[in-house]
Amino acid sequence: MMDLFHNLALGFGIALTPYTLLLAVIGCFIGTIVGALPGLGPSNGVAILIPLTFSLGLDATAALVLLTSVYYGAMYGGRISSILLNIPGDEPALMTTLDGYPMAKQGRAGDALVISGVASFVGAMLATLGLMIMAPLLAQVAYKFGPAEYFALYLLAFSTLGGISSSNQAKAAVASCIGLGIAMIGLDTRSGMPRFTFGNMHLNDGIDFLVAIVGLFAVSEVFFFIETHGKGSAVGVKLGKVTVPWRDLWDSKWTMLRSSVLGFFAGVLPGAGASLGSFMTYMMEKSIAGKDAGFGTGVPKGVAAPEAGNNAAAGGALVPMLTLGVPGSGTTAVLLAVLMTLNITPGPTLFTDRPDVVWGLIASLLIANFVLLAMNVPMVKVFVRILQVPPAILMPGVTMVSFVGIYALTGSYFDLLLVTAFGVLGYMLRKLDVPTVPVIMGILLGGAMEKDLRDAMVLSDGDWTYLFASPVSVGLWIAAVLGFLAPIALRRIIRKPQLVADDIDDGGVRD
Amino acid sequence: MASDRIFGAVVILVALAFFAGATQIRTSFLADPVGSKTFPMLISAAAFICGVVMLMRPDPEPDWPALRTLGALAIATVVLVAYAYTLKPLGFVGPTAVAAAIVSYQIRPRALPALATGVGISVGLFVLFRFGLGLSLFALPRGMGL
Repeated sequence: MMDLFHNLALGFGIALTPYTLLLAVIGCFIGTIVGALPGLGPSNGVAILIPLTFSLGLDATAALVLLTSVYYGAMYGGRISSILLNIPGDEPALMTTLDGYPMAKQGRAGDALVISGVASFVGAMLATLGLMIMAPLLAQVAYKFGPAEYFALYLLAFSTLGGISSSNQAKAAVASCIGLGIAMIGLDTRSGMPRFTFGNMHLNDGIDFLVAIVGLFAVSEVFFFIETHGKGSAVGVKLGKVTVPWRDLWDSKWTMLRSSVLGFFAGVLPGAGASLGSFMTYMMEKSIAGKDAGFGTGVPKGVAAPEAGNNAAAGGALVPMLTLGVPGSGTTAVLLAVLMTLNITPGPTLFTDRPDVVWGLIASLLIANFVLLAMNVPMVKVFVRILQVPPAILMPGVTMVSFVGIYALTGSYFDLLLVTAFGVLGYMLRKLDVPTVPVIMGILLGGAMEKDLRDAMVLSDGDWTYLFASPVSVGLWIAAVLGFLAPIALRRIIRKPQLVADDIDDGGVRD
Repeated sequence: MASDRIFGAVVILVALAFFAGATQIRTSFLADPVGSKTFPMLISAAAFICGVVMLMRPDPEPDWPALRTLGALAIATVVLVAYAYTLKPLGFVGPTAVAAAIVSYQIRPRALPALATGVGISVGLFVLFRFGLGLSLFALPRGMGL
């Protein structure tokens, strides 16, 4: 316990300098805007900003503080477009639309925004506390992991991510394979020989994951806007005067607490992450409240539960990301990319070698939370105004910022071609209902996964049974197989809710 | 139905090509028991199985856009490719304005606002990036100042 306070003091020592604080405030502000813009969620928002941040030449802690505040800000901001426009910025935000949008249509948009803002704060706060306690414990365990265990762990991450985030196991698995295959491009680190480069010099260093992230997340989104001509992003419900609905907040206090705890643990599972967190919490509260509570028709608890769960899961997902290097969701995958670009290798040694990074990050998360609560409850109207930027101006801007970011970082026209190629790939995959997050995970983790496999075989002198030699790795293999296959059975029982249908003549939605 | 079958077939072909490519990887004297070929081969095997599954059990057909929209998407792709090639030799402002204007026009087909958007984004981003964030961008073709 003393350690915890000592570490926190270290973290706040780093995070409370005026410069870092300023970065946190700027990050929260930009993040909320990015999250609130329709069509931009936390992952693609952070994706666009990574290359720009690095070309500014900030040091590791500063870049990390800035980008994690953007990430947390985007989680907060995402609920604005979910509630007012019925457009979730990313998968986990879908649950917020179920009750948030109906509430907004009843003229209670302001209440829904405040409730979800407070729920986000409670969820994120408790999750950050959980992170402080759990991450060092898990880091202790992770010290004992050898290459065989890591290989099994990566497999678990791919199988649970694919199993839960997609409705078709084969498509999720193929997405992981595409990512892993792309990770193989470039010089083999061990033999120094080129692989799959087709004699092209540009490919010798491999494909930069930032290029893939920006292409798959941001440029593919632009293609979707061209396809729909920006329809569906029309200005939605009007926002009246914003007051704090104390009663509703008080009534949903247990909902928020329960959802935060459940969401945090869902987020800790490697690979499962935030989608599972918001889904499970909504379902839990729906069954606790019973049929008469009217979940799905616009009740405050239906907004509080998924938002608390979603933000708690986002914090929880940082636990496996920091201690094991395994991201639990699209956004944590993007954050892992941030760390890797900063030459920080997540894993148990991070806690002993770079305590300044870990605790500086945790302290800045705590600060970011308070900044965001202050920004999001009284200032929510400012962000709502930003929603009204027409897509015909917004999307070209997003495209150009993405391209310039990559160009400023690498200075290579070839990477711009790759961004375009990944944009087309992302469009095709999303059209075919193939998830794109496993592709990113594959590119990020492919190298490490292969290295662990080869290290394990070196240790065992080529004996493949070594992969199943320790009880931990056997457990991880079993969990991986179950995580991949269980959703097939569960899918028949639990159906994922779809976006609420919208009647055109109702609620003033313009085509 | 058909889309998933075609995608499955493409996945199978790419997996086979990837496998063939893996057999051609040159190895060096610094060998380890697994080598640099095995992991790529495992990936291609997994992808092959997924391709077969998609071929056998396709999902319902997605909503493909009309031919005209596909044309618009193709134009957008060509514009972005052209942008990649022209950004360095022609400087930032010109190519960015053209590319942004075309993308804007494709989302909302009205010429004047699109043109204004293109120019506005180009100049605005240049000022922001060059003077606000200090990135080394060139506004005009090399040798023409700025």
